[in-house]
Parts: sequence; structure tokens; C-alpha cells
Amino acid sequence: MKNKLLAFCTICGTALMLDFAQRPSVAATELPTAVVTVAAKKFTYSPQFITLKKGVPVVLKLSTEDRSHGFNAPALNLRADIEPGKVTELKVTPKTAGEYDFFCDIFCGSGHEGMAGKIKVVE
Amino acid sequence: MNIDIEIERREFLKLAGIGGVVLLSEVIGRPALSLSSAGRAKDFYFLQLSDTHWGFEGAKVNPDAKGTLLKAVKEINSLKHKPDFIVFTGDLTQTTDETSVRKARMKEFKDIVSQLDAKIIRYMPGEHDASLDNGETYKEFFGETHYTFDHNGVHFIALDNVSDPKGRIGEAQLEWLKADLAKQKRDANIVVLTHRPLFDLYPQWDWTTADGAQAIDLLMPFSNVTVFYGHIHQEHHHVTGHIAHHSAKSLMLPMPLAGSMPKRTPIPWSDAEPYKGLGFRNIWSRTRASKFELAEYPINPDAKILD
Repeated sequence: MKNKLLAFCTICGTALMLDFAQRPSVAATELPTAVVTVAAKKFTYSPQFITLKKGVPVVLKLSTEDRSHGFNAPALNLRADIEPGKVTELKVTPKTAGEYDFFCDIFCGSGHEGMAGKIKVVE
Repeated sequence: MNIDIEIERREFLKLAGIGGVVLLSEVIGRPALSLSSAGRAKDFYFLQLSDTHWGFEGAKVNPDAKGTLLKAVKEINSLKHKPDFIVFTGDLTQTTDETSVRKARMKEFKDIVSQLDAKIIRYMPGEHDASLDNGETYKEFFGETHYTFDHNGVHFIALDNVSDPKGRIGEAQLEWLKADLAKQKRDANIVVLTHRPLFDLYPQWDWTTADGAQAIDLLMPFSNVTVFYGHIHQEHHHVTGHIAHHSAKSLMLPMPLAGSMPKRTPIPWSDAEPYKGLGFRNIWSRTRASKFELAEYPINPDAKILD
């Protein structure tokens, strides 16, 4: 089930650990920046559910497999166009635990209204 | 109380059919529309129809998808008091990736509404009509996506916030709006027609216009402004400053209250209450009394104005 494809992209995620391994070493006092990769296509995001950790900086790397889409999470003040052929980055450091909706805000067709997901910020 | 006005009001109630109509004469403590009585202002009626989504298929939401608009046409044609004009505030058709299908839907829609007993029909696009091709096909059938017209002392401005798939009015159109408003007196009677809400009704469901605040800023110096819009498939009334915003019901599928459900999905059909949440609006511009009255007409199985 797609909804179950919950990419648990906290800093403990395997993919992120791989990503960190490729980064230059950072001072012990600095928090590493986690990376979450999000692929958009009509009319869904993969992953649709993203878990982040409060206070941990994250970069969302957004790409599209077909046409232009939007990524808008108003409560987190996150918004970007996702254009074909390029990766768009959004940086965020969640400050408050909770669940936040994100959705496509560039009209993309008959399933546009249902193209949405959720970001869960945990303590 | 002015006796003439009260008689007119009673006549309106009678014509509208009290049983099926909700009248709104006040919005959050102020007149629904405040109109200057100066100039060529004169009372009149117009109808707002919205979000007909011709071509939509989904029996669980509307098993009479091909009949609902026809019922609206029949109801409207049975109104005893004919409107001066009818305006459709967008999403005339359900979107499709196929241009040929889009054209077929627009042609069918236009053929059906040509049966309306109205001298003038004004159209506006919604994102389903215009966002996938920046309004090109829409223009072939219905003309410009933004325009102005004047009627009995009221200046109408149709704003397009859907041809840009990002839901923006855009700098060029905002400049056009600014230039048009520069020609109006500060107490001019102004009605804005648009599809998406100009204010942030519920951004989490994309019920907003990305640069709508800029349009509101341009309108704010004018003392008599009212906005009629669609998009959210339900009646909703809101005020920004002194500007009233009224959304209309859909004629295809009703939507839930903002944020009342986890997802922005249509309200399922109920056999116990068929056509619930679907309807159109009659707007009586009581210009001489300096306000509007809004009458909401539900669609019903018999396509009759309910008494």
C-alpha cells in the first residue's frame, strides 16, 4: 500500500545515514543536515508521509517524474515549484511537534485535488 | 421602513419561493452590499451559477451528473422574475488532459446553458477549464478570461486567478486592474467576480489566491466593493476590511467545510437528501436601498422552485 510506504526519513533512516556518510565531516557541535528525497508525479508524492525530528535541520530534495507540480506546507512555511529536469531544495528545521499537511498547488489535472501528503514532526 | 421597498421585498420572497430559499441581507453586521445611490444606479437581479464541472463522473458523489445542470436550467427558466444576466464563476467543465475532450465538454456545456432564458450570460474560467493550457481552449469558446462591464450603475470586474496553474492573478492583470480602478470614483459601486477566493480562506486546501492580497489592496480604497466567487463548492461569507466576499454552491458536487475532514474530498451523495448542497444564487441588487439581497436556490429532483 502506497500509504504504507512511509519513508521514515528521520536522522536514523538508512538512506540518510548513507547521505551523511558522503558528506564532509562536521564539527562535533554542529548538527548534520538530513536529506529527504521526495518525488512527485500525477497525482501523488513518494513518500506521501514524512517524519522529521523537532529541531533537526532537514533539506527536502524535490523532483518530478512528469510535469510541474507544487509543494506547499503552509503551516511550516514551506513552498516550492517542482520543475521537470531539476531538483529543488527546501530547508527546514521543524520547531514544533505535530502533523502538517502538504499538497500540490500547481494545477496538474483531474487528480490534482487529492495530491497531498503529511509531515509528522516528532520530539 | 420604506413601504415601496418592503413591498418589493415581499414580492422577491414570493418570487423566490420562501421554502427553498435562504435570504441574506446582512453579513457580519453590515449590508451584504453597500451601493451608492448616486448616478445611474437602478435595482436589478442577476444569477450566480458556479462549478458545474460538466464531464465529471462519480456516481457516489452525484449519480445525476448529466442531469443536475439541466435541472438548474429548468428551475431558472421557471423564475417569474427574469434576471438581467447570469454569470458562471468558473469550473464550467471538468478538466481533462485531452484537448478534444475538453472542447467537446465546453461545446456541450455551452449548448445546455444556451437554453437559459436570459438575455446575457457571462462566463469565467476555473482551474479545471483553464489551468492546463493557460486558458487557450476556454477562450475559443467563451472569450476573454478577464474583463469588465457596467450594468445599471454597477461596475463589474471579472478577475482571472486560474489561467496561471499556480493560482495567481499575475502582475500584468494586476496592472490592468489598477488601471481600471484608476478610472473609478472612490464611492463607485464595484462588484468583483472571480473563481478562487481572493483571501486566505484555507490555504491547506489551496482555497486561496497566491497574490489575492494584492488585488484586495488595490480594491481597499474603494468604499463599495463586493466579491462573488466559486471554487469551494459551498456558500461562504467573509469580510476583509469593508469588502464582503460571497462564495456560491456548486452545480455538480458539494465540498465539506474547510478543515472539517482530513482530505479535500467531495461530500458523498445521499439518497435521503438528493442534490443536498447543490444550488445557485439569485442576487437582487437593491441599489436604491444601498444593499444586495442574496437568495440561495437548492436543486431538487423535480427541478421546481420550492414553495
